[in-house]
Amino acid sequence: MTDGDLILNCENVVVDYDGFKALNNCNFSVHYNELRVVIGPNGAGKTTLLDVICGKTNPASGKVIFEKGVNLVGKNAEDITKLGVGRKFQAPSIYGNLSVWQNLDLSVKRASKGVFPTLMGRSSPAERERIDETLGTIGLSDYAYDRAGSLSHGQKQWLEIGMVILQDPLLLLVDEPVAGMSDKETEQTGRLLTALSEKQAIVVIEHDMDFVRQIARIVTVLAEGTVICEGTVEKVQADDHVREIYLGRAKVAH
Amino acid sequence: MPEQAVARQDSRETLSFYVVGALFLIVVPLLNVLPAEDSWLHISDFRLNQFGKFLAFAILALGLDLIWGYCGVLSLGQGVFFGFGAYCMGMYLSLQIGKESVYGSELPDFMVWTQVKELPLFWYPFKNFIGGFLGAMLVPMLFATIFGFLAFRSRIKGVYFAIITQALAFAAWLVFNRNETRLGGTNGLTDFKQLLGFRLSDPSTQRGLYILTVLALAASYMLCRWIVASRAGNVLIAIRDSESRVTFSGYTPWKYKLFVFVVAAGLAGLAGMLYVPQVGIITPAQIGVLPSLEVVIWVAVGGRGTLIGAILGAVAVNYGRSVLTNYFPEAWPFILGGLFVVVVTMFPDGLVGMIRKLSDRKKTPSPLIKAEGSTAA
Repeated sequence: MTDGDLILNCENVVVDYDGFKALNNCNFSVHYNELRVVIGPNGAGKTTLLDVICGKTNPASGKVIFEKGVNLVGKNAEDITKLGVGRKFQAPSIYGNLSVWQNLDLSVKRASKGVFPTLMGRSSPAERERIDETLGTIGLSDYAYDRAGSLSHGQKQWLEIGMVILQDPLLLLVDEPVAGMSDKETEQTGRLLTALSEKQAIVVIEHDMDFVRQIARIVTVLAEGTVICEGTVEKVQADDHVREIYLGRAKVAH
Repeated sequence: MPEQAVARQDSRETLSFYVVGALFLIVVPLLNVLPAEDSWLHISDFRLNQFGKFLAFAILALGLDLIWGYCGVLSLGQGVFFGFGAYCMGMYLSLQIGKESVYGSELPDFMVWTQVKELPLFWYPFKNFIGGFLGAMLVPMLFATIFGFLAFRSRIKGVYFAIITQALAFAAWLVFNRNETRLGGTNGLTDFKQLLGFRLSDPSTQRGLYILTVLALAASYMLCRWIVASRAGNVLIAIRDSESRVTFSGYTPWKYKLFVFVVAAGLAGLAGMLYVPQVGIITPAQIGVLPSLEVVIWVAVGGRGTLIGAILGAVAVNYGRSVLTNYFPEAWPFILGGLFVVVVTMFPDGLVGMIRKLSDRKKTPSPLIKAEGSTAA
């Protein structure tokens, strides 16, 4: 790996929750246009890692270098969003009392998101087209004017992915997108993420190994706050250390 | 189609806005002037004046609905901003009394009997109407800006914000009660004689004030409608639904909260300013903890998150009070409290929610707020 084409490089990140080190000297890097899957047992620090990258949690020490040398540590979530990091949360996190269309409209990347520009702002034809296009991508064209709260669980997850896409992120962070989805929905989500990875780098946290096999090129295994293994699905599943960690615990390798 | 349903809802609301607006603006004053006094159509000066008061309250309720109903931030201190507006106008009216006062002094009566020899400096701007008018709008908004900035920036939300604003209401009540504040203490400001040369005791002046209140309410409603229909209005609802998510859409929630809080304070000031000349008195009892809580009840009863609901609630509850206190004066607080409990537990969408449910029963599901995600407080 050359440093030149890294979009994200976390160096020695430590997150300390009152003595419990959720991340312990974690080193993690992602290339442009890469689709990376992060797996690991419960409490390994996967979600914490995403929290640190998107500014929700402040690390005790370490650096998170985004693109060409911007350190994200210490920046607030709004600014990190503006720099081009999009976050899809684990539980579907959408605006239930707005329509699907309004949810997407709010998420479109715009020059200013201050109170007065937003008060005066009307969607330009280009933006409307973009939203309609995204509705198609996430398969919700028929639900544009429905209340987002009335969507099914899977549709809510897609809507949130759509919201994140419209922010034009360079790096997309996705936390367990297929939890609670049917097999068919899971497969559609896999196709959606694979298609998206042609335009942006994506980091996906996932437990479902079938899903991981469907989408992953490179897998990172996290345990007790550090990266213990990285490589193709086959390599990771063959790794003794990984087997040891998962032994008797999860459904990982079979 | 849901899109058409929303559009239909909108056009229905616009239509009822014009119908009800014309009714209050033209028909009601005409019924006050034209029919003979003993006709059943006649609306007495007393009733007209009372409606004027209710409609001023409706402006206050609109402001709370904006911040609580739409943005999910419960403020229990709206009475304070109402009070600032009312007192600013009251100070102007007090200085207009002049030699007509009981003691025949240029100073307001209460200053004479509390031995204030000279007009305190902060009373000077209220010597003319412009000062009173601007003060009634700007003092609440300025205060809300400072208070809101400190509270929202420090991410005080939910119950904590409600408690802090209630403390504010209590503090304001204490301060306004003191004679040293030079605002008339417990007795407040009263005994007003004239406004811009018009005698307040004259029914035609009161009729003018009533019409002015209807127009102010219509303007306030349109302002709120415009805010709510804009993208910023959607951000407000988004903040209510999922504040943390809003941050990741690139918006800064506290700035939006501050904005609506200041708008709500301005509306409260406007309401207070219209209230004073019609009711003829403002005392600390009208601005403290209890009056602030009552506004919450009006909005809850009418239907929070719908602008029409705020207006409807303010008018209906106050009209109910004026009727019921005739028959059961002591029971009113219990009726009011009971009403609140019943509405909150059984009709979370208030009167408007009930009406829409009835009229939409066989058509489309109502696009009103569903109890979901984070609710206020």
